[in-house]
Amino acid sequence: MNARAIEELAQGPRTPEAVDKFFAERTFPIVEGPAITIVFRGDAEAIHLKHWVFGLPSSQQLTRVEGTNVWYLTLELPAASRVEYKLEVVRNGRGEWMEDPLNPNRARDPFGANSVAHGSGYEAPTWINHDPESRPGKIDELFLDGPTFGRRRVEIYLPARFRRTRRYPLLIVHDGHDYLRYASLGTILDNLTHRLEIPDMIVCMTSSPDRLVEYANDERHARYLTDELVPQLERALPVDSRPQARCLMGASFGAVAALSAAWRRPGFFGRLLLQSGSFAFTDIGDRNHRGPLFDPVVAFVNQLRARPVAMAERIFVSCGMYESLIYENRSLVPVLQATGMDVRYIEARDGHNWENWRDRLREGLSWLFPGPLLFVYE
Amino acid sequence: MVLLGPQQAKPDVGAALAEAGVRGQIALVTAGWQEREADDQALIAELGVKAVNLTLHARSEQLFAADKELAQAHKARQARLRNVNDFYRIRLDHAFEAARAISVRHVDPELLAEEVHESVEGLRQLDGDHLERCRATHAAFEEKWRLAERTAVAKHRAEIKKLVDDSEAVVVMGGHVASLLNRMKLFDLTGIARKKRWFAAAAGAMVLTERIYLFHDFPPHGTGIAEALDWGFGLVRDLVVLPDPKHRIRTDDAPGIARFVQRIAPATCAALDEGARVFSENGRVTGASCHRLWPDGEFAVGWTG
Repeated sequence: MNARAIEELAQGPRTPEAVDKFFAERTFPIVEGPAITIVFRGDAEAIHLKHWVFGLPSSQQLTRVEGTNVWYLTLELPAASRVEYKLEVVRNGRGEWMEDPLNPNRARDPFGANSVAHGSGYEAPTWINHDPESRPGKIDELFLDGPTFGRRRVEIYLPARFRRTRRYPLLIVHDGHDYLRYASLGTILDNLTHRLEIPDMIVCMTSSPDRLVEYANDERHARYLTDELVPQLERALPVDSRPQARCLMGASFGAVAALSAAWRRPGFFGRLLLQSGSFAFTDIGDRNHRGPLFDPVVAFVNQLRARPVAMAERIFVSCGMYESLIYENRSLVPVLQATGMDVRYIEARDGHNWENWRDRLREGLSWLFPGPLLFVYE
Repeated sequence: MVLLGPQQAKPDVGAALAEAGVRGQIALVTAGWQEREADDQALIAELGVKAVNLTLHARSEQLFAADKELAQAHKARQARLRNVNDFYRIRLDHAFEAARAISVRHVDPELLAEEVHESVEGLRQLDGDHLERCRATHAAFEEKWRLAERTAVAKHRAEIKKLVDDSEAVVVMGGHVASLLNRMKLFDLTGIARKKRWFAAAAGAMVLTERIYLFHDFPPHGTGIAEALDWGFGLVRDLVVLPDPKHRIRTDDAPGIARFVQRIAPATCAALDEGARVFSENGRVTGASCHRLWPDGEFAVGWTG
């Protein structure tokens, strides 16, 4: 597959003026129907596209337009896709990873930032941006002490119309600080509340200093949540203590933490929101190809698959089609559904990243906690 | 009685009062606005007549603060209704799934039509059972708590009656339909103001009909399925109203419209957009200028009758 724009450049005079004109007239990457072309301008020995799309080679070489310092690679990118990538520029035998200098779209995450390519038709949702008409909630810091992990800091989101005399649903978010930073969680809560799509709710953002251990089906984590965190929040805040009003949420290992805590305490959490869960399992034996960190996860998911139990009432599961975990997530959904739990599963043409998780929040939260939208006719 | 459409973008309740020749004071209900109930200045200016807000939402807060036992019982009843609604909703979802699965079978068209009819009957049955459970819950509550005999309730009802007696008409605005329904019921507003002229917009119009259906074809998740909320006051009979169709109804979804209209038959289904009017006397619709939904799936814009 070759981009029309590149062919025109290659067939033209290829003078510096023609190249300047080529860059002045376009935005990059170039999207032409289902084809997307990554372009780089500069001297180098080689350029590689580095991306994290399961099913495609993770490193692909760009081709130079002969007689110029323009490099390109055309890929098929289905409509509404979103892909994060970097470029590896090789000079003097050494490769340097960088964001695409021609692409203004960036996605930040705990490791820095990536460039983002959008397939035709992808539009960042409007509800992720601050709406001047929506009243912002308040985020307070709270320190909670407990025997399991000692003193831990959590952040608490209180809706704009918070009143002590009301009772609110409680959402507990694993890696909540990252959700705030990289997935616009605070703004999204403000906006969806304003649009009546979710009810006013109290949201507790937790984080763990040792998440790969604590989140991997660790009894201590379940105990921390159910015996320490929730009771302390219920004492400190007007939280609705019915299971239907309690939700655990997380992405990746955070989703494992949510599912395993609910599994260890069936009925305590009535709602779960699981994004791109690292639900590794094996069909035979206990060896897994993802490494020893996943061993407790595999043991847990194997057990769950062998004896599924209804642990919550409603579970929202989402996963990106371009991440390797799609296989595990697709496999888990019928297991959960077979128990009678109400399970909603969404796939996105996206990868294992914060903007994928951000883009699914409206559908997930409003399904788990429908706001008063259906009741209001003005 | 005049039923009106949404008032947010372009309020026309004042125009409706003028058309009906109302010039005296009106009793105003904005309880559907909940905490914003008292933000009525702009509305009153639009009405063009003197208005007294009955403050049913604020009164309910005062009432529950004064009568804790009743407050607890009311809360418990609402929790029960919410749970009943949740279970009804689960059944509804499954009934819709079944109807969908049946509708795509390749069988004799006559048999398929019969089965589609059965699917609608199943939905009607679910709605009917749900509404009866709501009725039973309200009846048990009324019987046990005898609202009219409770001091705090009687005090508020007497005050409301005085305000209504001094008014020429009652105007009920929209907002949160369940909240509005509950407050009007708590203070027996339709009993107190039975003989008055009524003007009701959006959610206000919904509560004055017999059956209230919640609906939204563009919810933030999945597809919307209309659901019966509860019985209304029945001041207008054989009519289901759907306010704000522009934002809430997929008007080109003929099968969805057909299914809904057949489900609520023999009631007529009126969609109330801005400027809509439905006139009624003694519970019967006497004239209308609105959109109408038909059993064959047609969404008739600007229907008059």
